Amino acid sequence: MKALKYDPLDIVVTGVGGQGNVLASQVLGLALLTAGYEVTVGETYGLSQRGGSVTSQVRVSSGPVLGPMMPDHRATAIVSLEPLEALRLLGVYGHPGVVVLTNDRPLRPLGVLAGEQLYPEPAELRATLESLCAKLYWLPATAAALELGNHILANVVLLGALCGLDLLPIGAAEVEAALGDMFPESKMALNREALAKGLALVRAA
Amino acid sequence: MADVSKLAPGQKVLMQGNEAIARGALEAGVSLAAAYPGNPSSEILQTLADSARSAGIYVEWSTNEKVALESAAAASYAGLRGMASMKQNGVNVAQDFICNLTISGTKGGLVLVTCDDPSGVSSTNEQDARFIARVACLPLLEPATPAECLKLTKLAFELSEQIGNLVVLRGLARLSHTRAGVTPGPLPEAKPRPHWDPNERWFTIPVVPRHQVMLDKLAQAGELIAAAGVNYYDGPVRPELLVIASGSSRLYADEARRLVGAGGRVGILHMGATWPLDQELILEHLARADKILFAEEVDPHIESGVKSIYAQHVRELGLKDFYGQETGHKPPIGELSPSRVAAAMADILGLPWQETDPAYLAKAKAAQALVAPRQVGFCPGCPHRASYWSMKQVLSADGREGIVSGDIGCYTMGVLPTGYERVNAVHCMGSGPGIASGLGKLRSQGFEQPVISVVGDSTFFHAALPALVNARWNNSDYVLVVLDNSATAMTGFQPHPGTGSTAMGQAGTAVDVEQICAGLGLPYTVLDPYDLEATQEALYDALQIGGGLRVLIFRRTCALVQNKRGGHPWRMSVDPQLCRGEDCGCDRFCTRVFRCPGLVFDQATGKTVLDEVVCVGCGVCAQICPAGAIKARPKEATA
Repeated sequence: MKALKYDPLDIVVTGVGGQGNVLASQVLGLALLTAGYEVTVGETYGLSQRGGSVTSQVRVSSGPVLGPMMPDHRATAIVSLEPLEALRLLGVYGHPGVVVLTNDRPLRPLGVLAGEQLYPEPAELRATLESLCAKLYWLPATAAALELGNHILANVVLLGALCGLDLLPIGAAEVEAALGDMFPESKMALNREALAKGLALVRAA
Repeated sequence: MADVSKLAPGQKVLMQGNEAIARGALEAGVSLAAAYPGNPSSEILQTLADSARSAGIYVEWSTNEKVALESAAAASYAGLRGMASMKQNGVNVAQDFICNLTISGTKGGLVLVTCDDPSGVSSTNEQDARFIARVACLPLLEPATPAECLKLTKLAFELSEQIGNLVVLRGLARLSHTRAGVTPGPLPEAKPRPHWDPNERWFTIPVVPRHQVMLDKLAQAGELIAAAGVNYYDGPVRPELLVIASGSSRLYADEARRLVGAGGRVGILHMGATWPLDQELILEHLARADKILFAEEVDPHIESGVKSIYAQHVRELGLKDFYGQETGHKPPIGELSPSRVAAAMADILGLPWQETDPAYLAKAKAAQALVAPRQVGFCPGCPHRASYWSMKQVLSADGREGIVSGDIGCYTMGVLPTGYERVNAVHCMGSGPGIASGLGKLRSQGFEQPVISVVGDSTFFHAALPALVNARWNNSDYVLVVLDNSATAMTGFQPHPGTGSTAMGQAGTAVDVEQICAGLGLPYTVLDPYDLEATQEALYDALQIGGGLRVLIFRRTCALVQNKRGGHPWRMSVDPQLCRGEDCGCDRFCTRVFRCPGLVFDQATGKTVLDEVVCVGCGVCAQICPAGAIKARPKEATA
């Protein structure tokens, strides 16, 4: 078992209800548990399925079992399926050393659709995120997923991207195996492509 | 959910807290499990339902939590093991039965699981259901991890059978939905044949001597719990600070002492069982520490119990400092977290504690000005949006300041902008028609406003029926609107009596809302809420008639269910030539007022555009645009 670069390794996976971040965190948790680490995946859902923010916390350690909530402002990385959610979560888990990996595709809150609130311009949002983390990966995950024919694959694209960073003690092969435990083989070809696209995105970044 | 009966014993898997409770029940040999859906508890019964056939057990969604527990008690009296699971609110529903059951006692192991929801993420309150253990003198177990969920569920059945009384297991929302490594044990090979010995009788009289028996059982449970080793201490022999903790807070306390760098100075008394409190163990540890911090969610259940024990032994123990809810070191509201416990520890021990660089914190906080809140709302195509739109229009046209009495389900969101803030009151399951019933009788006192009670189809069967009978009997004057989307949508689309299918996926007998109304002698009309004109006309007329209880059934399948059944018929579009935007004089009905997420107000053009990815094609918004700019064409014609 490879030593953890960060122990505990605390990864926040966030997005909007329906984007598949709970699934992404489960896949990650399963891959890390299979690799022999202590894993706790905390999920918050309920009303959030109806358009609210949904956050999972993937906590990995070599030692004692960790609780389902990580301490504030100590996340190793924030993986976000929606860029505004990344900024929201930096307000809770961010610190100067945090790594942020986010999809660049906005999903506008109801108040913005109604014309009552504003969604920041992409450039402003990106610059703000950059100013609040050690390294920002601003990735076209939804665009990459749409190239594969389905926007819902953005979560797997981001998992692929995460595997391309030097944060996890496991690689894309282990994440792919965990996906294989949760999906029928018929869906795996697309999942493999999505992982590969994520890896390529982060290498090009 | 997955079939957890098929898991290989001894092989560690990633499992949710709720799934681990289900697996624990199977390993304990449960024969009957029943529940009413309620987050965060729903997955327990769903997992058991999906495992029922291969495990050879009976699992049902019951009409409400009291009925669920009564069904589980039947298994107990027949010598089998039974379990009822519910959210914290459900304990209140079941409480009358619980407080009598604890006096009559049980035979086969009987377990009640309550999943509390600190912070009320998916609840109308954050009630601490541990009160039931004190009120009904029941043993109470509190797991901290999914692995403990499995272990303590099994212990709960053993304990129940040993003392002959119900045992309560308390989960928490975070734990229910936490996944972690769990190693399943073996499943039982054979279960007893159910039989109720006719000589065995279960009742509560004579009350006083039986009350004593109940207390004796609790005392016996205390001895068994002490022997089971579920309460244990971890830390230095004489800690500077002793933390007494239960549930997830045990893990938060463990992490917090590392965070503040006080590992060697802080000891943790892990309480896996919090009623009855293990007095001997608590006295032993109080004697070794002068500062004591409590870490538990939500009420000061352990705190008050420990202080009560201390009060009886203050002479031998000497003066102690207690830190908890009374001193503000444990918040009386909301969830605990490692950071909150760390801040409390640092304060007590005089250690520095900062979450991160203060300049960063200030910058991150300032940046939140860019972050619009993400309000929850009805899904695209949700029939409730159309229903509340009609209520809003009709009550406005009626002009008598009509009141809408709300209830529990997705349609509770009628209190939010997505439901036009049209709902005036929401409390618990079934309270909507009860409040409406009272309002409808205030006519005699001069109350003139029209009254609508909205109730979902699952809620209708859960607790609305007695209120309807009451209204019928006493001739209360209001309009009941049954928002029938043919699903228990909020909690995950469980079947209910109206759908006719059961938890185990078998055919039950569909209980018909219309037949119930007819049986009560109530006039009723079935409407399609997507048809705004017909719905509004019928609702307006019903409000004008007055003089008694009238029922309108707004029937339209939940949009999420419909999406899986082939979707909706229309392809929507907005004609930019016809859309007049802000100049329309329509008050921006479609985006500002109607607020379907499929319709977007484009700041650049000042007009409405349709988000084709979000829109499901229900066709309702085409009916509200005064300019006729929103078009609905059949999907097939354009495909």
